[in-house]
Amino acid sequence: MEGEVAQFALMGKYIGAGLATMGLGGAGIGVGHIAGNFLAGALRNPSAAPSQMANLFVGIAFAEALGIFSFLVALLLMFAV
Amino acid sequence: MATGTEEQVVEGAEHAASGLAIHPMDQFIVKPLFGTGPVEWYTVTNVTLWMGIAILVVFGLFVLATRHRGIIPSRLQSVAELFYGFIHNMVEEVTGHEGAKFFPYVMTLFVFIFFANILGLIPMSFTTTSHVAVTAVLALAVFLTVTLVGFYRKGIGFLSMFWVSSAPLLLRPILAVIELISYFVRPLSHSIRLGGNLMAGHAVIKVFAGFAGAMGIASVVPIAAIAGIYGLELLVASVQAYVFTILTCVYLRDAVGEAHH
Repeated sequence: MEGEVAQFALMGKYIGAGLATMGLGGAGIGVGHIAGNFLAGALRNPSAAPSQMANLFVGIAFAEALGIFSFLVALLLMFAV
Repeated sequence: MATGTEEQVVEGAEHAASGLAIHPMDQFIVKPLFGTGPVEWYTVTNVTLWMGIAILVVFGLFVLATRHRGIIPSRLQSVAELFYGFIHNMVEEVTGHEGAKFFPYVMTLFVFIFFANILGLIPMSFTTTSHVAVTAVLALAVFLTVTLVGFYRKGIGFLSMFWVSSAPLLLRPILAVIELISYFVRPLSHSIRLGGNLMAGHAVIKVFAGFAGAMGIASVVPIAAIAGIYGLELLVASVQAYVFTILTCVYLRDAVGEAHH
């Protein structure tokens, strides 16, 4: 009985970790959106593109940060809980 | 700092017997370099070794290669100048003229992370920056620097960055809470972005290596995939070093630059 409860808890832990990784899909959408819009803008005005590279990477990093939190939850479930 | 790595050791050892022949997480195990004792904070481990190698490479590139400086630079000197110019432009552009005195710090961060990432891609080596314990120290140092410099230069006025004066008065307290949370979450996202990207990339390579070991003659396919992912990892290694430093510059702008809210 004890072992079954532990197994059940383990199952919940792994399912939860798997579900938490779905949040990274949102980060993927966000990063793709930024990069796609940058490319669209850069093709319209290629001369302005190099000066905006830093903004591109900062935008990607901020969009990615929120996905990283779900990755963190997955890691916590796998290794810390 | 020690608990994170110890947990990974336990997890790696636990699962090593089951599943794939090459467990993707085994590469992140922190081992003592000499003997098989427990890992204490003073133990010389493979992390210590590869951090030391990264520092030696940086030293070699920036001190030894540029010792005989010439008007016509040697090949290594051009590489060093390329790094120097790239980071100097970035600091001036993002942090402003006032922030340029933080150039040595930002440069140190960039070259250390860059070479730790690149050296980690050598087969059988150890990626120090894949451990959140390592990147968290770097990110916390940035966080403390920004906070202390901000209070030193602006005094209590540094807190005005949480009070968004361009927003309606009713919204400002709510925004202040959100800004405060996002400020304290910075070191977390800063460190996990670097560590997580590196760890995930290396784990993917090892997963494909596990497929290659189990597929016999058809293992040509996963080996070709590893070659492709390796190229992607080279890109990730340099881009993440760049992202870490440019975010450092953005955070420093809050501390030294004029208010931009």
